[in-house]
Amino acid sequence: MPDIKVTPLGAGQDVGRSCILVSIGGKNIMLDCGMHMGFNDDRRFPDFTYITQNGRLTEFLDCVIISHFHLDHCGALPYMSEMVGYDGPIYMTHPTKAICPILLEDFRKITVDKKGETNFFTSQMIKDCMKKVVPVNLHQTIQVDDELEIKAYYAGHVLGAAMFQIKVGSESVVYTGDYNMTPDRHLGAAWIDKCRPDILISESTYATTIRDSKRCRERDFLKKVHETVERGGKVLIPVFALGRAQELCILLETFWERMNLKAPIYFSTGLTEKANHYYKLFITWTNQKIRKTFVQRNMFEFKHIKPFDRTYADNPGPMVVFATPGMLHAGQSLQIFKKWAGNEKNMLEVKLQVEYMSFSAHADAKGIMQLIRMAEPRNMLLVHGEAKKMEFLKDKIEQEFSISCYMPANGETTTVVTNPSVPVDISLGLLKRELELGGPLPDAKRPRTMHGTLIMKDNSLRLVSPEQALKELGLSEHQLRFTCRLQLHDPHSDADTLARIYTHLRSVMKSYSIQHVPDGTVIVESIVIKVTSSSEEPNLKVVLLSWSYQDEDLGSFLSALLKKGLPL
Amino acid sequence: MKLYCLSGHPTLPCNVLKFKSTTIMLDCALDTTAALYFLPLPLVHSPRLSKLPGWELKECSGRVFVDSQPEFSLPERAAGSLQHRCDPHLKLSLHDGTPLHHRTYRLLMEELVTFMERVPKAHAASSWKNKEIQRLLPGPLKEVVDVCNWKKCYTLQEVNSALSKVQLVGYSQKVELFGAVQVTPLSSGYSLGSSNWIIQSHHEKISYISGSSLLTTHPQPMEQSSLKNSDVLILTGLTQIPTANPDGMLGEFCSNLAMTVRAGGNVLVPCYSSGVVYDLLECLYQFMDSANLGTTPFYFISPVANSSLEFSQIFAEWLCQNKQSKVYLPEPPFPHAELIQTNKLKHYPSIHGDFSSDFRQPCVVFTGHPSLRFGDVVHFMELWGKSSLNTIIFTEPDFSYLDALAPYQPLAMKCVYCPIDTRLNFHQVSKLLKDIQPLNVVCPEPYTQPPLAQPHRSDLMLELQPPPVSYRRCSVIPLPFRRRYERVQLLPE
Repeated sequence: MPDIKVTPLGAGQDVGRSCILVSIGGKNIMLDCGMHMGFNDDRRFPDFTYITQNGRLTEFLDCVIISHFHLDHCGALPYMSEMVGYDGPIYMTHPTKAICPILLEDFRKITVDKKGETNFFTSQMIKDCMKKVVPVNLHQTIQVDDELEIKAYYAGHVLGAAMFQIKVGSESVVYTGDYNMTPDRHLGAAWIDKCRPDILISESTYATTIRDSKRCRERDFLKKVHETVERGGKVLIPVFALGRAQELCILLETFWERMNLKAPIYFSTGLTEKANHYYKLFITWTNQKIRKTFVQRNMFEFKHIKPFDRTYADNPGPMVVFATPGMLHAGQSLQIFKKWAGNEKNMLEVKLQVEYMSFSAHADAKGIMQLIRMAEPRNMLLVHGEAKKMEFLKDKIEQEFSISCYMPANGETTTVVTNPSVPVDISLGLLKRELELGGPLPDAKRPRTMHGTLIMKDNSLRLVSPEQALKELGLSEHQLRFTCRLQLHDPHSDADTLARIYTHLRSVMKSYSIQHVPDGTVIVESIVIKVTSSSEEPNLKVVLLSWSYQDEDLGSFLSALLKKGLPL
Repeated sequence: MKLYCLSGHPTLPCNVLKFKSTTIMLDCALDTTAALYFLPLPLVHSPRLSKLPGWELKECSGRVFVDSQPEFSLPERAAGSLQHRCDPHLKLSLHDGTPLHHRTYRLLMEELVTFMERVPKAHAASSWKNKEIQRLLPGPLKEVVDVCNWKKCYTLQEVNSALSKVQLVGYSQKVELFGAVQVTPLSSGYSLGSSNWIIQSHHEKISYISGSSLLTTHPQPMEQSSLKNSDVLILTGLTQIPTANPDGMLGEFCSNLAMTVRAGGNVLVPCYSSGVVYDLLECLYQFMDSANLGTTPFYFISPVANSSLEFSQIFAEWLCQNKQSKVYLPEPPFPHAELIQTNKLKHYPSIHGDFSSDFRQPCVVFTGHPSLRFGDVVHFMELWGKSSLNTIIFTEPDFSYLDALAPYQPLAMKCVYCPIDTRLNFHQVSKLLKDIQPLNVVCPEPYTQPPLAQPHRSDLMLELQPPPVSYRRCSVIPLPFRRRYERVQLLPE
């Protein structure tokens, strides 16, 4: 039986370092190639030696697919393609292709220039890696080779985030990457058609949470920011430059306008300004509302939000600062944090509160269930989440949808047996004949048995009528006939016995054409019946039955019938 | 399997394909050339036009025009035995397939409708359509055959309602129709989002080519390899000006423009609000400084000017490689963003409002409609027509420029005809057909013979082996197909 194998190299019962290997129909595909934010050693990148101990990956992989530009999904890409070695195609959407190299370069700078690490990928390697990228559009069917095709769907997690369908013949897998089923201020909701994949590989970051409505969280956030600013305090919002930052900007911008607030909002310069520009140019990837109004007003041209300068941190009075990167480990956030935290100790009029607010755009349990309902997968596989929470969701999915749900750990392989049907070409003549035989149109969704000859030639399968097959292959038809002798006690002459057989059969088998031919045979359909008597015992008649292979059923029925003898 | 041809016009096609129990309409073009029989609709009262002799029909410089809101010609409603029961979702129109084309189409239609609604005519002339009266009319009006198919322009509501039925698709997206047929749009390289289509079952393949270009302009290049091995190829939308080379025309356009401006005259460019105008602006962007035109203002006037310019910048995925890579920097793909930023190009919804106060001469004005019968262009014709310093440069190939100018005669303004039609010419198409090897070609009749005006130019027609099947308006063509196999699924047990 054919099967599909899935092995996570990263993100198996874990968040971060997403990298999943899929083997389907003889093709090997790598889904995402991310890094782990929590490690600084070898565990930072997926363990590619799983694929091959030595040498390049090109011959082992048919393609690499990147779902979106977050580093935990693409951070290991230059390492994989340039340092380990991979020259095949890398697929991602246009916005991902645009933004991914910038984040990689940023990441490289922090690691190499600031932390002084060596043996890391270089700027040139990022550039070389990006040359291998083939951009894809939503819903476009990309033929990777003659058999393997991929198709991207909108995922709504960040700008350009996509889910991918991977298909070989009638087998298919859908990988969601990270996705969001509720539209937010700048992105739409994930969508997929009822494509019935054999496996749906879904992220499960919020496997157990059903998050309270977005509006509430937004209101909380605005209230806290507002209170702090009213008190003359400063607000520091650590964010990734891309994605959440834009949503929060839109939120604050509209709030500032509505409340007529004057406190300055700053955005750390460079990367973020550029990021906003990307959002302007890729506005087709945002939600409907932004797309519709962009001619009158581009939502990403902010009036209240200005670029930040290092010296502003010392300015008196309230302010809001967005700083990168999101995790307070390095970069501008840390610098400002140190400065302001110190200020509080010095009893300045600054209130610094640490608030954790979740604004990540992942699907929650409800969203994951919703996607399952949309795609109707035969099997479910969870990645990108914590084992405990996955366990809970797995039970829920198996209960509600009665499909198997898997959650392999890193390096663990899940094998799913598939039951693909075999496509064959049927000759129109045979099909029409079959339809006529079947009377009224058969139920289109139900399989049915039929009679025909399967010709396998030049890698194609054709179903034709036996006559056509013989003609095509230049073969003559061989008749296979069965003959059988029956002994029958009957005290009449041969001719009379035959006549008695004839009448008997006429009375038993009313719907068949039965002929009594003058040359001394009875013919039932293709079955020939003759009677001879043995020379020693005139009362012992020998009945000769002969039938062709096609009439096997009728032949054996007749022989059984005659064995019982004739009625007196 | 049959093809019902509802339009005989080679570049304004409308065909209905019956294939494996599906009915598919291929394009549904609006023929706006009928507008040429009408008098222009001025934006402000024109004493000249109102003084013309006649009532419903008026005479100007020896030609007769209908004084009414211009009407357009529609494709045939019912041809032959075709029952009119096309599911609107099956209309694979070139104009409403891809999201982008959906956008530009909406803009073009909005512009057209706004042009019309802005200047309502109290009286709609219709008595001339009476066969008895029409028979007696002079000149071209008498020869018009299908006046009964002429209809008033749509309302905005009708446009919106039609567009709401459109299902958006992207290039290379496979769309299943009832499990019987698969249709796929492919980039045709002609304009933003324009597409050719493949209609195929497991064993038969029909390609539909409509308005394609092999030249490198702004849209994604034409996808050719997927068109290979078609059983039938329906070929429409070749260039309307096979003798003019678009590059040469562009050069001529620039030099005439520069000459007029240097002499202190104004240049009027009647154009559509999207399409070639992007290329013209890009060409001028490169040309302006070298030609010392840096200070001449450029105006783009259309109810949808702003939308058109903005929209062109946000569909990078649909643009050529060169423009696509700009977005990665990130920079806007079209240079007209810079022209607007540096105030060299200004755009207005109409001549009313801000434009009148900003207006400086000499200048270059891009505005519609190219038929010169409605839109802001009518005003500039009245304003600049009397001076020989000014020039009008025709770039759109859809209308005969002499006919377009007829109601403005006598005219002192210089007229330059630089039609830019980037669609395939006969040389390109025969090379293309050699590459993609379709078994049969179906095309409109005019492509099978040399142009009427140049009967000896046998290079301006399709010469193929086997010869193409030609059609005209109302033809019904049986497609040469032999279906022999069908696809079924075998269960493994």
